[in-house]
Amino acid sequence: MARAAVLGRLTWRVATVAAIRDETATARTLVLDVPGWPGHLAGQHVDVRLTAADGYTAVRSYSIASDAAGDRIEITVEQVRDGEVSPYLAQVAAVGIPLEVRGPVGGWFTWQPDQREPVQLVAGGSGVVPLMAMVRAHAAAGSATPIRLLYSTRRPDTVIYRDELARRAGAGRPVDFAYTRVTPPGWPRPPGRVDAALLAAATFAPDVAPTCYVCGPTPFVEAVADLLLATGHDAARVRTERFGGP
Amino acid sequence: MTHLDGNAAGGDLGEIFAVDMTAATGQCVGCGRVAPVATALAYGPAPGLVLRCPGCDEVLIRVVTAPGRTWLDVRGLAYLQLLE
Repeated sequence: MARAAVLGRLTWRVATVAAIRDETATARTLVLDVPGWPGHLAGQHVDVRLTAADGYTAVRSYSIASDAAGDRIEITVEQVRDGEVSPYLAQVAAVGIPLEVRGPVGGWFTWQPDQREPVQLVAGGSGVVPLMAMVRAHAAAGSATPIRLLYSTRRPDTVIYRDELARRAGAGRPVDFAYTRVTPPGWPRPPGRVDAALLAAATFAPDVAPTCYVCGPTPFVEAVADLLLATGHDAARVRTERFGGP
Repeated sequence: MTHLDGNAAGGDLGEIFAVDMTAATGQCVGCGRVAPVATALAYGPAPGLVLRCPGCDEVLIRVVTAPGRTWLDVRGLAYLQLLE
């Protein structure tokens, strides 16, 4: 339980954008300084609130990408077409601007280093963000439990954290890709969605009793969770987080 | 907009409850299903946040906020088990 990271009721805090990193043509990582940040667990998120000059507010949830590190957190924002919040965060927000954040939120969709069972991560699009936090936490803790990621994305150039994922794959945290629109040259599978055959080939089998973490757009999460349950995974070990964007 | 899930409600519920509500387990009065709040289907946030049972669609929790006030309706839950 996230007791250490969730102390009492949540309140809004003022964060400041400390740095920005482009990840893809449409996604970027915002490094936030949050004075008094109580720490967080891999998989938790923050709510970000924007307030317009007329007082209108919009709140959206963003997964934390970074491992716990003092007062600094990172979120990776994929621009959602016609979104109210993501275009601002993904394009307009600059170093030095303040943002209101509330968190850390969520003690269920989390991975903690004392977990000993295998860890199967399945990401759809920017659903990779909280799963990246889990890979980073797994590495930082030096965990010996097996972990692997299956990452569904549209094209090779829409892969977030591409270089880091390749590096971590070389260090025993393998990643498989499912390209839904365009594959790299010579890729062994045609473009397509995650299906039962791919799950059988690229994820831990039910008999090793992994905890599965599935994050992505609602239709992706529900399709993958149904496939995992049909394969024989225990429903109590399939943890899901849906988000609204594509 | 399509539905999200109880994870997305954690922030609003976290302003009301002193413990994390996404990991809390509740029983649906409609079908008896027992499951973490995180697995409920979430609709909203306007005019209010609604969490529904993924088994039978019963409304489990409604949260409506206005300046200075919050309404919390949990009539769809037989109980909530909170983790320390």
